[in-house]
Amino acid sequence: MTDLTDLGVAAIRDGVRTGSFSAREVADAFIVKVSKAKPLNAFLVETPDHAIAAAKAADDARAAGETLKPLAGVPIGMKDLFCTKGVASTAASHILEGFTPPYESTVSGKLWDAGAGMLGKLNMDQFAMGSSNETSYFGNVISPWRRSDGGNAPLAPGGSSGGSSAAIAARLCPAATGTDTGGSIRQPAAFTGISGIKPTYGRCSRWGVVAFASSLDQAGPMARDVRDCAIMLEAMAGFDAKDSTSLDLAVPKWEAGLSGSLAGKRIGIPKEYRVDTMPAEIEALWQQGIDWAKDAGAEIVEVSLPHTRYALPAYYIIAPAEASSNLARYDGVRYGLRDLPEGANLQDMYAATRAAGFGDEVKRRIMIGTYVLSAGFYDAYYTQAQKVRTLIARDFERAWEACDLLLTPTAPSAAFGLGEKTDPIAMYLNDVFTVPSSLAGLPAMSVPGGLDKAGLPLGLQIIGKPLDEQGVLNAGLALEERAGFVARPDAWW
Amino acid sequence: MSVDIATVKKIASLARIAITEEEAARIAPELDNIMGWIEQLGEVDTSSVEPMTAVIPNHLRLRDDVVTDGNVRDAVLSNAPQAEHGFFTVPKVIE
Repeated sequence: MTDLTDLGVAAIRDGVRTGSFSAREVADAFIVKVSKAKPLNAFLVETPDHAIAAAKAADDARAAGETLKPLAGVPIGMKDLFCTKGVASTAASHILEGFTPPYESTVSGKLWDAGAGMLGKLNMDQFAMGSSNETSYFGNVISPWRRSDGGNAPLAPGGSSGGSSAAIAARLCPAATGTDTGGSIRQPAAFTGISGIKPTYGRCSRWGVVAFASSLDQAGPMARDVRDCAIMLEAMAGFDAKDSTSLDLAVPKWEAGLSGSLAGKRIGIPKEYRVDTMPAEIEALWQQGIDWAKDAGAEIVEVSLPHTRYALPAYYIIAPAEASSNLARYDGVRYGLRDLPEGANLQDMYAATRAAGFGDEVKRRIMIGTYVLSAGFYDAYYTQAQKVRTLIARDFERAWEACDLLLTPTAPSAAFGLGEKTDPIAMYLNDVFTVPSSLAGLPAMSVPGGLDKAGLPLGLQIIGKPLDEQGVLNAGLALEERAGFVARPDAWW
Repeated sequence: MSVDIATVKKIASLARIAITEEEAARIAPELDNIMGWIEQLGEVDTSSVEPMTAVIPNHLRLRDDVVTDGNVRDAVLSNAPQAEHGFFTVPKVIE
């Protein structure tokens, strides 16, 4: 009997459809795995009833001879940044502890309407701020991967979607939602040897997603292969009138359009992504990716994105500035934590609640944001950063004259140990390859390319033109077919 | 522009986050470091560009001016730390 938890989204969907196994059997298998994986701390809340109800609906539909929904029988994990009706949603913060939304986010609602079931809410970096899942109020997520040195050092699963990446890699769910503001789907995918795509800004609705940086936030799928990501993204994407930045465009049939051939495609290699401090293994993987792309029929072109080095500092002005505005709503009045010291007036309540409720990294970013938006500094910092952002976007536009897609490493290293990176800037540098495409709103994905000397996954990133998720997915598939990545973490939990 | 303890206190006040003397002393060099790293943006010649507004040219949609929501008071109050008589309650505002 196959271990059902080894199956991905497509295999589960197809197996339920043909009656190879029931949706209930699948749900039960994953529910058991989730319940035994508490040491990873990937799940904040387990919702087996939700998964079982969705499974029952799928099994009943099949018994009645109805056409099954696109994700019927597929149980998934839901990052805790998505508001789920009747289920605690905290963004991994103390300030939202106890908040139970009376509404469902658009993206999660679309997944349930497509027939998927929820195994639980996934842990993450607090308010999506972090690259290692070390800023959650509810404790670190620990990667299911360990180095081959036998040292047992707990490793970061990446962030901010660390619960999602850990859960998928550990086979606790076949897929999960993530969000990506500066790299929070792609970098954790790279660290844990799975796939993840951030679509073009506006493809997925932000309604009901706890806001971090509104001009950057995008929901996206994470799963173990490109096909599963395509299936999930089709269910998640689409116009939403409730999100003023939602693109009013039909959702392409990305799964049907999948092709591993890159014949006729020009793949650009941006020379500024070759940084001095890049480990030799990452450089080698990048070259390997280039060879795979050539093998798939692509022409390789060197391109230049001259403003690349300004992307991270620009992001660390823009994102905190937007966050300082978005997080102003957490004041102890309408939801979440209220800290009311003896004799406090309203202003004292705000200050005490926010001091008690926000973690250190969240406070740091709110303060940076407040500073760069304050009188006298707005033009020097925020306006300047938004102008640099135009130049970064323009660099990509110019590159598209010479190529159709870009290939880069996803992250500048493999997963590091929890507690190893204490300097904020060192942590920010994790996003050096992912932030530019975030600022430009371009679709980008990470696929696993191989393992490093310590046996840890390394990822390759593909960036595409606006709205060319198909091109990005296809290039991802071309690499996936040649990488033959089958490594998986041994269960230490 | 360096970030000192006085600046941190001012920012914390603007952001409505209570901060102790020790926290301010700890955060000041961290923020100063980050702002120092960000300083390099000043090198870029942006005289010929406008701030970026959207990835894909977009315009703000309008909708018909009709009521499409409401009458959900209990749902709205369902997460309130303190609610009375159908209102959110807060400490006295008027001095």
